[in-house]
Parts: sequence; structure tokens; C-alpha cells
Amino acid sequence: MSMQLEQSPTTGDEVITNYTINFGPQHPAAHGVLRMVMELDGEIIERIDPHVGLLHRGTEKLIEHKTYLQALPYFDRLDYCSPLAMEHSYVLAVEKLLNVEVPLRAQYLRVLFAELTRICNHMLNMGSHVMDVGAMTPNLWLFEIREDCLNFFERASGARMHAAWYRPGGVHQDVPLKLLADLSEWLDTRLPRLFEDAMSLVVDNRIFKQRNVDIAVVSKEDAVAWGFSGPMIRAAGIPWDLRKSQPYDVYDRMDFEIPVGTNSDCYDRFMVRVEEVRQSARIMKQCLAEMPEGPVMTADRKVGPPKRGEMKSSMESLIHHFKLYTEGFHVPAGEVYVATESPKGEFGVYLVSDGGNKPYRCKIRPTAFSHLQAMDFMSKGHMLPDATAILGAIDVVFGECDR
Amino acid sequence: MAVLHSAPRFSSNEGVCEALSGALGAMLVSAKEEFGEIVLTVARDAIVDALRLLRDGHGYQQLMEIAGVDYPERVERFEVVYMLLSLTRNHRVLVKVSAAEDTPVPTVTTLWPVAGWLEREVYDMYGVVFAGNPDLRRILTDYGFEGHPFRKDFPLTGYQELRYSEEDKRVVYEPVKLAQDLRSFDFMSPWEGADYVLPGDEKAAAPTPAPAPVATKPEVKGDPKANTPKTTDTPAKTGAGEPANAEAAKPVAKKAAPKKASGAEPGAPAPTESRPSRAPRKKKAGNEGGAGPAPEGS
Repeated sequence: MSMQLEQSPTTGDEVITNYTINFGPQHPAAHGVLRMVMELDGEIIERIDPHVGLLHRGTEKLIEHKTYLQALPYFDRLDYCSPLAMEHSYVLAVEKLLNVEVPLRAQYLRVLFAELTRICNHMLNMGSHVMDVGAMTPNLWLFEIREDCLNFFERASGARMHAAWYRPGGVHQDVPLKLLADLSEWLDTRLPRLFEDAMSLVVDNRIFKQRNVDIAVVSKEDAVAWGFSGPMIRAAGIPWDLRKSQPYDVYDRMDFEIPVGTNSDCYDRFMVRVEEVRQSARIMKQCLAEMPEGPVMTADRKVGPPKRGEMKSSMESLIHHFKLYTEGFHVPAGEVYVATESPKGEFGVYLVSDGGNKPYRCKIRPTAFSHLQAMDFMSKGHMLPDATAILGAIDVVFGECDR
Repeated sequence: MAVLHSAPRFSSNEGVCEALSGALGAMLVSAKEEFGEIVLTVARDAIVDALRLLRDGHGYQQLMEIAGVDYPERVERFEVVYMLLSLTRNHRVLVKVSAAEDTPVPTVTTLWPVAGWLEREVYDMYGVVFAGNPDLRRILTDYGFEGHPFRKDFPLTGYQELRYSEEDKRVVYEPVKLAQDLRSFDFMSPWEGADYVLPGDEKAAAPTPAPAPVATKPEVKGDPKANTPKTTDTPAKTGAGEPANAEAAKPVAKKAAPKKASGAEPGAPAPTESRPSRAPRKKKAGNEGGAGPAPEGS
């Protein structure tokens, strides 16, 4: 389809036909390996055909060949920007099938670190989104915060990113008291200072607004029909947050607000995330204030491993430990779909068990799949450089999208 | 069963299963509520109508996910599971249809545009065909990939591997070569229903005395001869081979034994010097002398 001369806003006195370009698979603004075949009319996007799957590793198939515990670290490697949020859905799915009770302290710790993960994820996303539309400094400042978060993960689990810290039945190890004290201080002093500093550069910035306001407006109906979730659906004005509506762990004890957008554009998506960071900090403070003492792993020795100290004196504990780390626990036959509010949206795990020690099927519901599919209609009629802003506002990570 | 877990709590399932079953009527094949999940199985041809009814009549506005599952032992081996979410009722249901490789499932892209990619993924991974999907291409696998990798009969390692060839200056595809066997561990406990003979345990399995007509013998992996009792009735069965030659079995023939050395060996060289041989060395008393070998452990 060729554009008529008088209709074309970008070309001069030449009539040009549509042409296609490849965006990616290696593109700094693609946030990973995304190939988008774009059909352009001048600089106007006519059609986008995203090709995903370049990072497909067959995680779901691999999980079918691993025990339930061995499958857990694969979840860290899905959305590697928010690893603990990925684990959260999985451990809750396994616990739902086992119907095992998680100690209260472990539930608090999970919520605490899920929110820290949210902050960590949003730091990366907002930073790169800002950088995609031309600003450098906020990204560097936000990475300071992200670095702090990763240090906290390391102190809790021993790993900066791939924590494998949530386990079916609780969390792997209790945190040191000093870590909680440091977290509390960090939330009171360093986080607000760094974060508000960085945001003061962005949120009212004229260039940032020019690049994001009224870009990729999605109606409420479209957001529902296209399976949006997380900040994408909230920016469309639908106050839907699984932490609030379908609370898991101790989210029902937390007092927090759900930010909603009014205009459903890229700027709203960004601002929803900005407010979510503040709300996450609020939830974390409540966790720290209310967290009870107690065990962090279920006392059901058919699910949770015994303490190292017990194993030195109790033969039964030794047997339990050996059985849990070789054969693993058996999960009753059945199927569940458990979805949690990951920083990017609804992250679900559909787990089918045949009663054995390995999942029969573990379907992972990535958030980015639905959002990226909407890329085509969201960017129709926008300029080529807007595509990076739209992508940044989707918050796409290919470890999760491609699995 | 009391709910002990802390998984997401959506609104109550109380009466929902019955209400939805009644509404679906003849489209429904079966309905169950397990582990707090309502699972409705509907007829394959009625899936579009069933989902439209659930969307428009019962408030399940969002299709969050479509999952494929493979049960190779079934006649229709695939299950396609639709996860529906109601934003207004704050509730979830799973809707299932079964399908075989050659029985297309009607597409639901007419109801939810999001189904496009979700169906593509199920098609890519399992080979379930969705009739009416306008763009049923592969989505996650490589360009030009063959087969459906999430089927249970597709090996974990796949069939093709690729590497960058320095000679050809491009990526080349080759059949998978494993440097070591794929490590597939079997943790089934012999005390808890492993239905095969463990390696090395073959002799322990006594011959079954006159098996009952219905009972099937557990399938024996490995050497089938291992289960027949071993007897050594004839020398041929001992595995010892031919008996040895009687003559050869005697200790040593006398004539063949080497003679005791008497006097000088023939051909031994004569001493070249005629000086008297040295007197034997005097033994040292003990080994307090420094010259002796150091005692062990010093």
C-alpha cells in the first residue's frame, strides 16, 4: 500500500511505499532478544510482528524432569529482574497442592522480599525506560538502589540474583537480625532520598513527557480483552491488583494503596510504577514492624527439611534430609492454577501433579506474552522511536516471555 | 479439608460449580472442584459457546492463559486448558477440552484477541491445531523447527543441536551428540512400589510358584535369563571348560625340573684378581651410630 503524497506527513515530495525493517534481535532498547518485523510508512509504524522465542530454553519441559525442589531455581531464571516474585507463584502452587501450612514468619519474610523484589524490578525498568527515551542520569541513580536491593538479597540468600530462597513450606533460611535493621534504616533514609532525587529529574521533565504522554493509549475494554495485568491494566484505570483482591501470604494484613492511571498511556504506566515503589516501601515497613519470631519452614518433615543441628543427633532427621534431597516430596495428584502479582503483572503457574515427585506439567503464565502481543495495535500510527517507549512501558523481560 | 496453605484466596467457590454446570448444560462433559479449583470439562466443538457464555453471562472477562497438557495414554491425548478470570466477581475457573492430533479445536480468538498467541504456543509445543486461528505459526521454537517439543514422547535433549562453525562461518545444525548419558535419576523407593527388579537384585527374585492366572509377572528389565535358577548338573554348565590334561596337572615332571646348581655355574667368569677375599664386616652394636639409616618416623 503506497501512501499518497498529500497524506504522507513525513516525506517531502517523493511518494514512497511501505517498507519493513528489523528491530532487533539485538537491540539495546529491546530489553533482551526481541525481533520485531516492522512495517513502516516513512517513520510511522503500520504493523508490528514481534518474533519471540529467541530465548526459549524449554524451562517447562526441563521442570517435568526435575523434582519439585530442583525445579525451583528455574523460576529465578525466568524473569531475572524479579527472581523472587517468580518463585513466589511456584511455591504457592506447590503448597496449594500439598495443603501445607507456612509459618507466619516465613509468610512475612516472603512478602517483605517480594516487595523488595518489586522495588528492585521497577528500578531496572524505570531506569531503562527513561534511558530508552533519551535520559542517562536517572538510570545511573536508580541503579544505586537496585544495587542495594541486590545486596540485601545476597545477605538473605547468598545470591545476588538467583536466590532460590523461597521454598515450598517457607523460606530456606531465616535472615540475620542485622539485615532487618539495615533494611529498616534503608527504607527510612537511603531509598526515599535516592528515589525521589531520581524521580525529580524525570516525572516533570518536558522531554520525558513529550515522549510518553498519549503514547499507546489503550482503552479499558482493550486492556481486559488483551489479557493485560499488573501496571498495564492499572494504568488503564482498572484498580486490579492480586495482592489486594486475591491476597496471598500476609498481604491481607498489609495496608497499602493501588495506584491507578487515568489516561492509559506510557506515562501513566511509568507513574503507576513510581507510586508502586512507594507503596512497596510502605508494605515493607509494616512487615518489619509486625514480623513475629518463630520458625521459617514448615514443621511437616515430609515437606520441609530438618535443621542441620537436628540431623547431628536424630537419625530420623537424617533420613528425612536424605529423602527430601534425593527423592524429594510427593505431591498429591491434581491440578492448580496459582497467580501472584509479580512486578510486571499476573505471573501464574499451572501445576499438574500425577502424585509423583516430579511435576507432570508446569505451565508458566508469563506477563509479557499478553502485553507484547498487544504491541501491534498499541504502536499502530505511532512513530518509530515511540516503539522503544512502548516497549519500556510494557516492562518486558525475555527470560520470562520466552521461558 | 481445612485450608492451611497461603496461596491466593479469591472469592468463595460455594455453589459456583453447580451454577456454572447448570448454565453450561449439554456443553459440559464433567465438572469437578479439587484443591480449591473449579475445573469444567466441555465438549470440544462447544468450547467457543461455552466460553462466550462464561464471559458474557457469568462475568469471566479475562482469558489469562491457555495451557496444553499431554497424556499420551489417552485416546485424545491432549488437553487444552483455558484459565478464566473474573475481575468483577474476583474468581477463577479452568475450562478444559480434550483433543487429538487430528481433531482441531475451534479458536477463541473471536472472543479474546489475546488467544492468538496463546493458541500459537499450544500449537507450537503440542501440535494441537486451532481451527480458525488466522495466524497459526510457530512462536517459541526456532525458525524451521520440526516436531512439537513439549509432547511427552519428545526427548528432553531434542534431535538437533547447533553450533557456530568456524569453517563455514555460520551456525550449523547437527544431530545431538551427548558426551555422557542423559542423567535421568529414578528415585522410586523399592519399599514404596517400584514395580521392577533393582539392578543386582535379580537373584533375590525367587521363581514364582505357579502364578495365578490373572496376575501378571512384573516386567523384568535386563537379562531375561537372570530369573531362571542356576544349576550345575553337567560339567559343561559349570563354565569351567575342558578338564585339564592329567599329565599337565601333576606338580612338575621330575625330568623337567631344573638341576640343583652343583659347584660353579658353567661359564661363570673366573676371578680376575687373586687377592684374598675381605673378611666379613663386623656388625655394629645397635644403630646408635649416625651412619645407620635413620629410624622411621624421625
